[in-house]
Amino acid sequence: MTLKNLKIGNSGIIKSMYFEGKQRLRIRELGFVEGAEVSALYNSMFGDPVAYKIRGSIIALRRDDADKIIIE
Amino acid sequence: MDSNLGKSDVLVALAGNPNVGKSSVFNALTNMNQHTGNWSGKTVENAVGKYKYNNKSVCVVDIPGTYSMHPSSCEEEVARDFICNGKSDIIVVVVDATNLNKSLGLVLQISEITSNIIVCLNLMDEATHKGININTEKLSQILGFKVIETCAKTGQGLDLLKDEINNFKPQKGNHLIEKISEDGLTKEEYLDKISSCVINTADDICKECVTYKIDDYNKRDRKIDKLITSKFTGSLFLILIVSIMFWLTISGANYPSALLQKLFAFLQNKASDLLVSVGTPEFIRGVLVDGMLKTLGWVVAVMLPPMAIFFPLFTLLEDSGFLPRLAFNMDRCFKCANAHGKQSLTMCMGFGCNACGVTGCRIIDSKRERIIAILTNSFVPCNGRFPTLIAIVTMFISSLAVFSSLSLLLIILLSVIVTLLVSKILSLTILKGLSSSFILELPPYRKPQICSVLVRSLFDRTLHILGRAICVAAPAGIIIWLLANIFVDDKSLLIYAADFLNPIGSFMGLDGAILLGFILGFPANEIVLPIILMIYMANGTMIEFSNLSVVYEILVQNDWTILTAICMIIFTLFHFPCSTTMITIYKETKSIKWTLISFFLPLVIGFILCVSISNLINIF
Repeated sequence: MTLKNLKIGNSGIIKSMYFEGKQRLRIRELGFVEGAEVSALYNSMFGDPVAYKIRGSIIALRRDDADKIIIE
Repeated sequence: MDSNLGKSDVLVALAGNPNVGKSSVFNALTNMNQHTGNWSGKTVENAVGKYKYNNKSVCVVDIPGTYSMHPSSCEEEVARDFICNGKSDIIVVVVDATNLNKSLGLVLQISEITSNIIVCLNLMDEATHKGININTEKLSQILGFKVIETCAKTGQGLDLLKDEINNFKPQKGNHLIEKISEDGLTKEEYLDKISSCVINTADDICKECVTYKIDDYNKRDRKIDKLITSKFTGSLFLILIVSIMFWLTISGANYPSALLQKLFAFLQNKASDLLVSVGTPEFIRGVLVDGMLKTLGWVVAVMLPPMAIFFPLFTLLEDSGFLPRLAFNMDRCFKCANAHGKQSLTMCMGFGCNACGVTGCRIIDSKRERIIAILTNSFVPCNGRFPTLIAIVTMFISSLAVFSSLSLLLIILLSVIVTLLVSKILSLTILKGLSSSFILELPPYRKPQICSVLVRSLFDRTLHILGRAICVAAPAGIIIWLLANIFVDDKSLLIYAADFLNPIGSFMGLDGAILLGFILGFPANEIVLPIILMIYMANGTMIEFSNLSVVYEILVQNDWTILTAICMIIFTLFHFPCSTTMITIYKETKSIKWTLISFFLPLVIGFILCVSISNLINIF
């Protein structure tokens, strides 16, 4: 499944990611790498973006972007 | 900058992730010497400061916050270039003690380029508070670099850091990242591998050096976040914060504004007396005192107090960590308009001053979205337009505080809705493209440093903008005075101009005097209403509107109705940006095309709205 489908409060391990160009670098330097544990913390006021906890920091992603991250 | 760098004994570069208190370390080292260009947590340019310690002069360069040596944004490029070009003697890498595994990645990457590194373990107080224990000695051993614990806020550990800088000897440094061969990999795959390797190494180091006393050390932050991001409490909180900010700015500015106006009136009298005593002709005296000085005094008195209140408040929100949450919450609305959530922050900054808002758009990485934010920034009313809006609402809609505040809220809401609509239209037409991603770190909440906030917002924003405004207000004052005091056939040029504009004005539900007020108020929107009154009274100088009932009489005598008032409000919201904003837009976009579009876009919208409102009402 993708990160987009991860329910709030649950966590998963990143398997692979499908980003291109600058996004690809940006997302990795924020800690999104294969094998890292990520948990969904909370939705924003209107449900999108969602805040995720990854390697001790909190990163907000739009659902469209979360859909590019495969977790298990 | 280069000439600055040469004269010191040691050149130190300050590197680090964003949000690790790098700027606090810089300020603590250099006593806030020469700090410029900090916008919403981002140092976009290298800031340079100096200090002397034990007879050694040290030059510190604060380079933009960066996550890695493989840049994905323009500030990161500035940072990487500075580290790679090897000009600095020492690189102090500031790392966040509360989140070591993330900060360590940068240390590891820089250590591949140079071994002249000191690691500055900042935010130690917060780490201790959160029950995070770091074995500094072991960390230093593993990395092969000196590690200094600091707390820049209290100044703790800074002398140690200075000692270390003075007595620095090149370190060996341990190569911890395994070499990856580029063979058979695409550039992207290669970079992917490096970043995974860096992160895994950082994790391994942390496992050895860091122990946690409390399992969930960020519990308090999570609770606040839950409140702020929920629909009910979140929107309540948002409305509360915005109302408090506007209330403090508007009501808090009244008294100092009046005081400044008195001061400038006093200075004008003195200047006038002085000029009389040296026998200056009356005409010159009029140009200088009633023209230039009066306009200048007016702009400063009306502009300075609200900005001096608004920007520190804004910086306070910025430093506490609230603003990224605002962008997080608002992103959905901006996503619908194919824009970026950070535009909500530049929009808020625009309420203080549109020129500041335009500069703030640097925080938006994608060029397309940044231009949208720049072009639409003047759609929200700045502090210079609020007094006009408040005066008109109080006079023509309701003088009851409840209703006038409510009307103001509606006006603000209208400006926000138009901002979103225009953003959408722009992204469907001349700025086509898909909305890029929203990837934003939500940093931990921090207690802001009041003192640094005051200094930074006062110098970086308020005085900067005020300086620019003064430069244009002075010549404008002279022109306005000349127009009002050069007579042809018993009528001043000002009246001729107003008569000339009258047909267009009437078509828009306004009149010639109002249009002329906006045109002559191009240097600063504060002077629009005074100029209008000056034309109505056929007066030689601008008229203050301290007594609203008198102003109301004058306006009604000149055929103002509730319809005129509404059209005036609309046109105050949407006309052209002031000259300071226009100059800033040109500086930020480096393009005449976008500057011209930013001029005509609000003008056309304001024109259409005014024409349709006035003509629709007249039909019925």
